[in-house]
Amino acid sequence: MAITQLSAFLENRPGMLCDALSAITGAGVNIRALSVADTKDFGILRIIVSDPEKTKEVLGDDIIVKETKVVAVRMDDRSGALKGVLEILKDAGVNIEYVYAFTGGSKGNSYVVLRVDDTDQAESILAQKEVKTFNDEDLLDYLA
Amino acid sequence: MGNYYQPEIETASREKILEIQNEKIVRQVKYVYDHVKYYRDLMDKQNVKPEDIKSVDDIKKLPFLSKDDLREAYPYGLLGTDLKNCVRIHSTSGTTGKRVVAFYTQNDIDMWEECCARAIVAAGGTSEDVCQVCYGYGLFTGGSGLHGGSHKVGCLTLPMSSGNTDRQIQFMMDLNATILCCTPSYAAYIGESLAERGYKPEDNKLKAGIFGAEPWTEEMRQTIEKSLGIKAFDIYGLTETSGPGVSYECEEQTGLHINEDHFYAEIIDPETHEVLPDGEKGELVFTSLDKEGFPLLRYRTKDICVLTRKKCSCGRTHVKMSKPMGRTDDMMIIRGVNVFPSQIEAVLLKEGYTPNYQIEVDRVNNTDTFDIYVEFSPEMFSDKVAEIQHRERDLKNAMRSMLGIGPDIHLVAPKSIERSEGKAKRVVDKRKLH
Repeated sequence: MAITQLSAFLENRPGMLCDALSAITGAGVNIRALSVADTKDFGILRIIVSDPEKTKEVLGDDIIVKETKVVAVRMDDRSGALKGVLEILKDAGVNIEYVYAFTGGSKGNSYVVLRVDDTDQAESILAQKEVKTFNDEDLLDYLA
Repeated sequence: MGNYYQPEIETASREKILEIQNEKIVRQVKYVYDHVKYYRDLMDKQNVKPEDIKSVDDIKKLPFLSKDDLREAYPYGLLGTDLKNCVRIHSTSGTTGKRVVAFYTQNDIDMWEECCARAIVAAGGTSEDVCQVCYGYGLFTGGSGLHGGSHKVGCLTLPMSSGNTDRQIQFMMDLNATILCCTPSYAAYIGESLAERGYKPEDNKLKAGIFGAEPWTEEMRQTIEKSLGIKAFDIYGLTETSGPGVSYECEEQTGLHINEDHFYAEIIDPETHEVLPDGEKGELVFTSLDKEGFPLLRYRTKDICVLTRKKCSCGRTHVKMSKPMGRTDDMMIIRGVNVFPSQIEAVLLKEGYTPNYQIEVDRVNNTDTFDIYVEFSPEMFSDKVAEIQHRERDLKNAMRSMLGIGPDIHLVAPKSIERSEGKAKRVVDKRKLH
């Protein structure tokens, strides 16, 4: 399962994020989810997009882009939903590197992207507990 | 008239100095020829025999030595005597990571410490003084040299070594230090720190400072003199010849007297290697006259200087060199440490980076800043911040172990470092040192 996340190196100066996003949207690609990690010298843009290949193509010349598999989970949009997911991973000893959330698609759902040390293990444990995770295709369907 | 440590030699007539030099050079060349195969081979190749050197006028017949020779001969190739006769090693960084290692016999140490003692006395030092040495101790020559000199003069010596400004100030104030020895940038920093703590220049007992190991300007001298309420004296030297004390300033502060009874100085044209007359600017070359452990003949310092034998009001007769006006190579002196771009390049390649980098050096609040911008390669990029920060830290540590000082590392996007005519500008030195 797992979905494709692209991360891009952004220098820490005005306009870098804007330029990257306009290149992506200019190619007709839709950004489903986004987060930026910042350090003193640079930022790391992490995105889930409708077309990773095309995105790499348009960014690739000027910006370093890396592809990573991450776990995407759909949850009910209610208090405590994420906590339930995190407890499952905690009990299995899965370490989370970072996490970000987004909403969209059908009403009443929220989504969370989890970058973990072992993607396969995390997915199989979540599946056992009947937590819905996505691959690239069905995320597209759900969010269409 | 000034104070002298060894008046008979410091104020000797020019004829007397020449007589001493002529006598010593004959002995030193024969000694080197007999003991140092590396240099004997150079002399043989140039068809010069020790008998050809009858006076300092003949020094021009001898082959040069450069830092490259020191690297090639590392570690023992230029050793002048059995190791059992040596009592100490000092070291400084070399061009591509191999360090320069110099050996000292007890006689070498005594000679070196006497040179430093002359500098301390020229700055007004006597056995009444409390001499605070905050040059680094260890492989670096600064600490040991001034420490030994201070002992020879009979000063009460405070062997502080570098850093820990709070403690420096506490000792300086509580124990009434009268002479301060450190790098000029650290002296300026101490001056600022004193002011921050509410001390006025007249609150301390300092009267003089002996500052070296890095280039500094007249403006910086005035800043230091004002903030500490002292007279600030320059001192020059290099590990290859001994350490600080090869030359030093007197109260006239118009150049540094070279200890000519131990070191013969020439100025050459760095391109043609022709010896230039006094007053002309060129590369400073030293020939040791009485060293045993690590005798170097015609060692090219790569420092650009001018020599003058004009009469000095202090009464010393030894030739004076100007403050170094620049370098013939790309060596930088950052916080008193010699740094070559080639060393940085070597570390980057070893650690798997591209050799696209830029070094930026500046002086902020009288302290050198040292930043290296390195282009990322796609393989190194990670979606995880911690991983990238880890890389920066590893690189900083690798740089520190190579250079002796740790730069701030900044990873930047590929192709983002400015290139002129396709070639990146490696060094941006914003300090105004000369």
